[in-house]
Parts: sequence; structure tokens; C-alpha cells
Amino acid sequence: MSLVFAGVCSHAPGITGRADRADPAVREEFYANFFRMGRAIKDSGADTLLVVAAEHFANFFMNNMPAYCVGMADYYEGPIEDEEWLGINRFRVNGNAGLSERLVNHVMNEVDVAYAQEWKFDHGIAVPLHFLTPDYDLDVIPVNINCQGPPLTPLHRAWKFGQALRAACDAQPEKIALVGTGGVSHWPATPDSGKINEEWDREFLGRFVANDKDGLLSYSDEETYERGGQGGFEIRTFITVAGACEGQPGDLWFYAPIPIYAVGCTVATMQVG
Amino acid sequence: MSLYYVQKLIYELNRDPQVRSRYEEDFGELLKDYDLTDEELRAIREPDIGLLYVLGVNGQLLMHYAALRGYPWDDYIQSMKDGLDEHGPVRAGLYARTGGGAI
Repeated sequence: MSLVFAGVCSHAPGITGRADRADPAVREEFYANFFRMGRAIKDSGADTLLVVAAEHFANFFMNNMPAYCVGMADYYEGPIEDEEWLGINRFRVNGNAGLSERLVNHVMNEVDVAYAQEWKFDHGIAVPLHFLTPDYDLDVIPVNINCQGPPLTPLHRAWKFGQALRAACDAQPEKIALVGTGGVSHWPATPDSGKINEEWDREFLGRFVANDKDGLLSYSDEETYERGGQGGFEIRTFITVAGACEGQPGDLWFYAPIPIYAVGCTVATMQVG
Repeated sequence: MSLYYVQKLIYELNRDPQVRSRYEEDFGELLKDYDLTDEELRAIREPDIGLLYVLGVNGQLLMHYAALRGYPWDDYIQSMKDGLDEHGPVRAGLYARTGGGAI
């Protein structure tokens, strides 16, 4: 069929692991929009959820770090973190190895990707799934972009990757939802945890919802690191979604800095055209 | 300086149940598998979370090691701040670029 849904969301572990320490009113509005995105995915008729994440040394380490990787397994497990620490119980969710292989083969016409037949989800995917498919009844295909540290794939390649994913999805009979997860600015797990550059976030998200290709691709990694922290490197996942929906506008459903969650919490969609 | 192996040890502790078992049974024996300096061994054994941060361990790895060693979240954050005061700026890795995170 084709790509039937696209969106982006945050994935910080504090969203579930330190849930009760945020202002309840802000937290509930954020959660409501997260769950709303889950309903929108279901309403789109999607049978598979493609999650473009930025994992944090759960499956990939500095001995062999792919710039891009696509999961190609029949099932996945998570979270890899301590259940109590993350606030999410262990789960297993179905994948679709056959669809993964078709997607990888298609994407490889444009972008070289690694594949993984084993993948343990960390909070980068487990937190979004907790809200988007809480019963784990939707097939999931994980996708990773290395955002943890340099050398990093250039932003224009992340855009190209999104376009390649889009072409691959549109060539399949399945109905596929695409969700990117990450940033925007944050300094997670450092002494600056809780610092959020709201001005930079809103500037970036403005470019995202406008699907302003030139604006989105204009950030240097130096600027991102200075204004958005090392967590800001995760803008690559948002840019991939924008690339997949080139020319289509987005809609920011929710944004609010929640320092105890260590990120400006974001839920946004993008028209797939 | 063998930051890579410090991080590899923590990575494997985080994700590999067999490595976790070896850690619980005989931590000293497990540490022999990694090319670590005396300072790194001390920081890992104690643990000195602040020193590990200053040595350059990525927070996405370190926060789980701190949790494994019984540090609540707030204590983990404070330990890194204390480490900067005690040991000086971050010496290597991603965070060294900002002298310890302060921009």
C-alpha cells in the first residue's frame, strides 16, 4: 500500500521513569497527546510501525557502529533497561522480517544501511511504544540512526534516508506508519540534565512543521552541540521523517519543556501526501 | 587512557546477562578482561561516578552503571557535579568539547 502516517515524538527515559516528578497538569496534557498519536496511527489503518530511533548503546557500540540500521527480525524485546528504572515492564512485540528485508533491499538503492536480526529496544523505542501501541499489538520495525556521537551522518543524508524509506514503503503492499523519536535540545544523563533550550527547540520545530528543507539542513553539528546539547544530534530522526514527507506540512500537537524529563517534550505529525 | 574499554565494560554490563552474572560472582575476575588503567579500575570498583564522568564515560552508559551500583537519579547527577569539582574538566570523549558540559 504505502506510507499512511508520519509523526515525531520524544523518548526520554524520564517520561516514564520519573513520571510522577513532573507537574501533573503538564504531564497529563503531554501523555494525552502521545496517546492521541497512537489512536491516529490505529485510525490510519497501519499494520506496521516503523520507528526511526536514536538508540543509546543498547545494540550498537563503538566497536561497530552503523550510521543507519534496520531491524529484520520476527520479534523484538525490551526494555533493555531495568524495568523499575524506566517504569516500563518487559515486553515482546512482533516484527515483520519479510517486510524489513524488502525495505532494506529498496533503501539500499539510495542509502547503505546495516540490518540486524536481533535487537533489544532501549528507551528510545520502548517509551514511544508505551504510548503509541500500549498493548504491543502492532508489528514494529526498528530503525536506528547513530546520534550518540561523532562521526555522525550528515543531515542531508538523514533527509535522503527519509526519502529512501518513503520510496521503499510506497513500494510495499502493507500500510506503514513512520515515527521518528528524539530531541530536540537536551543534555541527558550529564550534570546539565534538565537544561532545555526552548528558543532553539521552537525554531527547529517551526522549520519542521513548515517542512523547510533548507532550514532543517542548515544546522552544523557544532551549532547543534552548543545550542542543543549532545541530545540535539537526534534532530536527525525528525529530519528523516521530514524527508519522507517532502513538501508536506506538519502539525505540532504538543511541546513543553519538562526539565525532570530532561527534554522539551514533543508530539507532532506530518502529512504524508 | 583506555576510555573505550571502560565504556565497553559498562556497555556489556548493561546488556549482557552473562557479563552481569560474572560481575555478581567475581567482579575482579571480570575486570581482567578489559584493558584498564589503575585509575580506571579504581573508579569502576569504588565506584567513583564523578571520576568516570570526568574520564569521559558517556552518560547514556554511565547512568545505568550508577543505577546498578545503587545511585538514585538525583545522586547520580550530583556525583557528576562533584566529580567536576574534585577532578577538573572532562578529559576525553564527547563531553570534553565543552569542558564538562557547561556551555
